[in-house]
Amino acid sequence: MKKVIIVGNGMVGYKFCEKLAAHANRSDFEIVVFGEEARPAYDRVHLSEYFSLKSSEPLLLAPRAWYEENDIELRTSEMISEIDPKSKLVLTHKNEAFHYDYLILATGSSPFIPPLEGVSKPGVFIYRTIEDLEGIEEYAHKMKNKGRFKAAVLGGGLLGLEAANATKELGMETHVIEFAPRLMPRQLDQAASDLLKSKIEDLGISVHLSKNSKQILGENEMTGIEFHDEEKASYDMLVISAGIRPRDELAISAGIVTGSRGGIEVNNKMQTSDPSIYAIGEVALYNNGIYGLVAPGYEMASVAVDQITGGDKLMSPTIDMSTKLKLVGTEVASFGDPFIDDEQTTAITYENKQKGIYKRINITKDGKKLLGGILVGDASDYNSLFQLYINSLPLPEDAEELILGSRGEGSSSTMGSALDLPDSAQICSCEAVSKGAICDSLKSGACTNLKEVVQSTKASSCCGGCKPMVVDLVNETLKSLGQEVKETVCEHFDYSRQELYDLIKINKIGGYDEALDKYGKGHGCEICKPVMASIFASIFMETANRQVPIQDSNDRFLANIQRNGTYSVVPRVPGGEITPDKLMVLGEVAKKYDLYTKITGGQRIDLFGAQLHELPLIWQELIDAGFESGHAYGKSLRTVKSCVGSTWCRYGMHDSVSFAIRIEERYKGLRSPHKLKGGVSGCIRECAEARGKDFGIIAVEGGWNLYVCGNGGATPKHAVLLASQLDDETCIKYLDRFLIYYIRTAAPLMRTAPWLDKLEGGIDYLKKVVVEDSLGLGEELENEMEELVNRYACEWKEAIESPEMMKRFKHFVNTDETDDRLVFVPMRDQKMPKPW
Amino acid sequence: MEELLKTYQTVAQNEVINWVSVGKAADFPANGGGCIKYKSKQIAVYYFQRTDTWYACQNLCPHKMEMVLSRGMIGDASGIPKVACPLHKKTFSLENGSNLNGEDYSIATYPVKIEDGNVYIGFAD
Repeated sequence: MKKVIIVGNGMVGYKFCEKLAAHANRSDFEIVVFGEEARPAYDRVHLSEYFSLKSSEPLLLAPRAWYEENDIELRTSEMISEIDPKSKLVLTHKNEAFHYDYLILATGSSPFIPPLEGVSKPGVFIYRTIEDLEGIEEYAHKMKNKGRFKAAVLGGGLLGLEAANATKELGMETHVIEFAPRLMPRQLDQAASDLLKSKIEDLGISVHLSKNSKQILGENEMTGIEFHDEEKASYDMLVISAGIRPRDELAISAGIVTGSRGGIEVNNKMQTSDPSIYAIGEVALYNNGIYGLVAPGYEMASVAVDQITGGDKLMSPTIDMSTKLKLVGTEVASFGDPFIDDEQTTAITYENKQKGIYKRINITKDGKKLLGGILVGDASDYNSLFQLYINSLPLPEDAEELILGSRGEGSSSTMGSALDLPDSAQICSCEAVSKGAICDSLKSGACTNLKEVVQSTKASSCCGGCKPMVVDLVNETLKSLGQEVKETVCEHFDYSRQELYDLIKINKIGGYDEALDKYGKGHGCEICKPVMASIFASIFMETANRQVPIQDSNDRFLANIQRNGTYSVVPRVPGGEITPDKLMVLGEVAKKYDLYTKITGGQRIDLFGAQLHELPLIWQELIDAGFESGHAYGKSLRTVKSCVGSTWCRYGMHDSVSFAIRIEERYKGLRSPHKLKGGVSGCIRECAEARGKDFGIIAVEGGWNLYVCGNGGATPKHAVLLASQLDDETCIKYLDRFLIYYIRTAAPLMRTAPWLDKLEGGIDYLKKVVVEDSLGLGEELENEMEELVNRYACEWKEAIESPEMMKRFKHFVNTDETDDRLVFVPMRDQKMPKPW
Repeated sequence: MEELLKTYQTVAQNEVINWVSVGKAADFPANGGGCIKYKSKQIAVYYFQRTDTWYACQNLCPHKMEMVLSRGMIGDASGIPKVACPLHKKTFSLENGSNLNGEDYSIATYPVKIEDGNVYIGFAD
């Protein structure tokens, strides 16, 4: 057995352990890891989240138990002080000696501390470890208690800005001081830096560029900085984050070759000048460079593991330094060579100061290849641009579309699907996972879902930037394997809504509890219960009174809950037609119960501010006057809006009111995946706005045109023509078919417009099913609707006639008192709830 | 409003001074909630029929300060019994009152016991 000693338990040291622990030849090695910090390795990339997490636990890459389970000896708070390459020994600070066969140096880096006078004064911090952060937090609190709030951060690079964000989060007035004339000088050009600067300043962080610090001022503690231009500024604390320095001291004293500016020299096997000693991560000097990113570090770890286990994997000749991150709330990305600007290259830039966006891409003169670029403010294109760059893919004809988006018809993406990438395309650059590896893990059957793919390939487990592409690839690959990517209802039912609909219908399931016993688990939740209530209602036309506990909150009390916990009452007014007598009843009831009254968008009258116990009293009076429930609280048919039509209107072609009433009466109470609205217009002027509804009927020469799948709402959509010049009966027949087909197949809370978007074949397919009856389902769908229509009952009438059901409408179980906490304030001769 | 929220403090089983009878078990809906009044407090009481377990918590939703939680739907999240507020579907653990959407506010919970078909809630006042 060979003994491997790893010096350093940071991210890269940990990655080495992880790779070796998972290796087929794992049993040939005894593994010992030394870490000088008290904690096992943690995620330094997300270090600044420590303040918001309030605990270091979530940052740990693996708990101590992981090392135990994998038989890895983890020795924390222990430092290696000497290497003796001749006898292959390392010595700890306690003078204990350990023999090794392979030594892995993953000592990382320490912050570079500029040689300024006074850097050791209290109040000066570095930004590297959790202990550093704790020290910063404590000192900031101390200062704030003294009424001193000014913090300076030395360094305007990536880590410096992270540190600035951290001190800002601690409530300090933060100043960033950078030697270079721009922020993130290694990643951004001047324009990008200018934009980032103004965004950061908007957040209250001051930025001082081209500032060369001379010394740190203060007697007992730091009180300010003096610059080379003689200027002095007072600060209450300072965080230094001005770059990194490889920790190569051990190697130097052991006579291992290091670079003149630091770093342990390694070859493409990660071997140092001593063949038994390897160096990986930020301490390794590879190709004359030190790489402060996690992705190259991980690649080095995997090369070193491969080498000592007898493999022949070599480090890539060039290291990609592309990176995408969110800094102080701003997305910043840079990839490839961000600055390149020579005879063979053209840079295309886009800048929008108002939106705070800057984009730059560098392409070859012939427009064929992407060489690098910068994104600030909006890095959503990063993944696709990075893929084009890293895989040297051919560019679209108009390369500017890459950052401006295609402005032509149809093609919404310039990249197309992730599936179009070559198998070698690197999807996750932190873990170096290719597209092929992700797809193969599914095709081989080793993985069956996203979670397993992430676990097994580690793709997207680090920074998470590639997550959307991984999800796409997994879904598309599963689809190509003929597996349906399941959209299950929730954690309690591993079925889609459509599957549950079929299961309940075919097996004649009697109720929610039976369904949960047979097809689900647990107690259910606020997602699956209303879905099942809707399914039971759509199949059996049961009202919300039969299975009360599974009804959504509004359906449970047959009213719409409003912002102060009172309810509103909306009786049905079919087609918006109402007699003066009935109108007066509404007025009297509203007056009696002091309700706020408003006309709704669906041509009816809404009475607001009813308390729970008042609902049955109000409905008793409404029902006595001939009203019915308007189902305004349900995912069900709401209204069929109409214009006045040919009976009164001099332009009207058909009687739109009568037809609207007929349709509303037919479908009233119909429960569906989401609310349903309809409209009937008497002529092409479309006063009923029927095309903004789930179904819209418009009078034309020779009959009705039937439009479907429109809506208002957040994403307005015009309904599209399903059939034209229909007589009344055919129109209703098609509507029956369309509605049941939608109710059967839509996902929960999916309205008809997105349903049609997702329907394969779109409106042409829907026409085939509904008009041409291509599935041979026409009669079945019509019969199903007829059955539902025949079983309609007003659920409010049902409720007030049953003393048992009435129990629901009491605010307290143990007293007849009512809620005394309600407060209303007057508004325009009526009332409203006291604002929050 | 802060004052009102402060009147609701979680009572642990061993802190109960006063077991208050709030009605018959049959008066409360199965797999749903009811609200009871004790002094000036409004307390939501839930009965999970499948496991025959009872829970109680403040009726006040701390999100928008409305007395509505008893009217929320109940269920579980990974086995933790919970209630979803009827106003904005904020969900709370009925075991410890914590917010299950990861937001800051939480609710106070109270012990419940059933004796001879009567429901008792434990208060520390």
